Amino acid sequence: MAEKTVVMTETPEEHAVQPADTHTHERYVSPPVDIYEIDDGLMVMADVPGVTQERLEIRVDNHVLTIRGQVPESNIPGSAYREYELVSYFRQFELSDKVDESKITADLKHGVLTLSLPKAEEAKPRKIAVAVG
Amino acid sequence: MVSTWHPWREIEALRRDIDRAFNHVSQSNGPSFRSAFLPGRASRQYPLVNLSEDRDHIYVEALAPGVDPASIDVAVVRNVLTISGEKRRLPEELKRESIHRSERAAGKFVRSIELPIEIDSDQVKAEYKHGLLMVTLPTAAAAKPKQINVSVA
Repeated sequence: MAEKTVVMTETPEEHAVQPADTHTHERYVSPPVDIYEIDDGLMVMADVPGVTQERLEIRVDNHVLTIRGQVPESNIPGSAYREYELVSYFRQFELSDKVDESKITADLKHGVLTLSLPKAEEAKPRKIAVAVG
Repeated sequence: MVSTWHPWREIEALRRDIDRAFNHVSQSNGPSFRSAFLPGRASRQYPLVNLSEDRDHIYVEALAPGVDPASIDVAVVRNVLTISGEKRRLPEELKRESIHRSERAAGKFVRSIELPIEIDSDQVKAEYKHGLLMVTLPTAAAAKPKQINVSVA
């Protein structure tokens, strides 16, 4: 039996880099994520600095979780020196059947997106009491 | 004095020199090393900053998602800006085998940035929003350019 009850695999790279349904000149980066397992499911945390709640789109479609965030244009005048550039975020993950897609919750705080992906009921471990006869 | 001093240009030139010196490092580490979003790993400075200026202010914007606002400390001594703070790690009680991916670096950080102009350190403002730290630094009165009227005789 596999050690991890919920398996999460990333969709192939070419899929992740360019959203297929749009013809846009916008550039995307894939945000760094932490994924870890807790008793009730999976937690996904992604660094998306600069994204506001209304410009963040999370959808689950056909077992594919899509995180897409847009960064508003910078209104700071007279840029003198740049180490980073804010561009849009895009990343996709394939979800296993063991995730209850209807119960996914998302929270955005300080530029970090936290997604909670609860395990489906049947995937939860059950303790079976042993009757001593 | 005829030549004018362009502090930003000089910083930019210095940065290019440093980039050149570390060029082989970035090649050996593949494309991820060049990503602007890779958090403070290895020899990268953290947080990454963008500087901009107008007549009366210098603006420093730092890319620091997930930092506990209470831990952020912004200090100005003369013309040196120091930003420090702590990005929260994953919960300690997690077992190693429960972690599927760990791409976001975390921990304590400190970075000092030397600004080319004197700062009015009493008036410095900092705001943390959407994971970006925006520091507004008014230039000291002594460092502001003065308009001199030319009288025609």
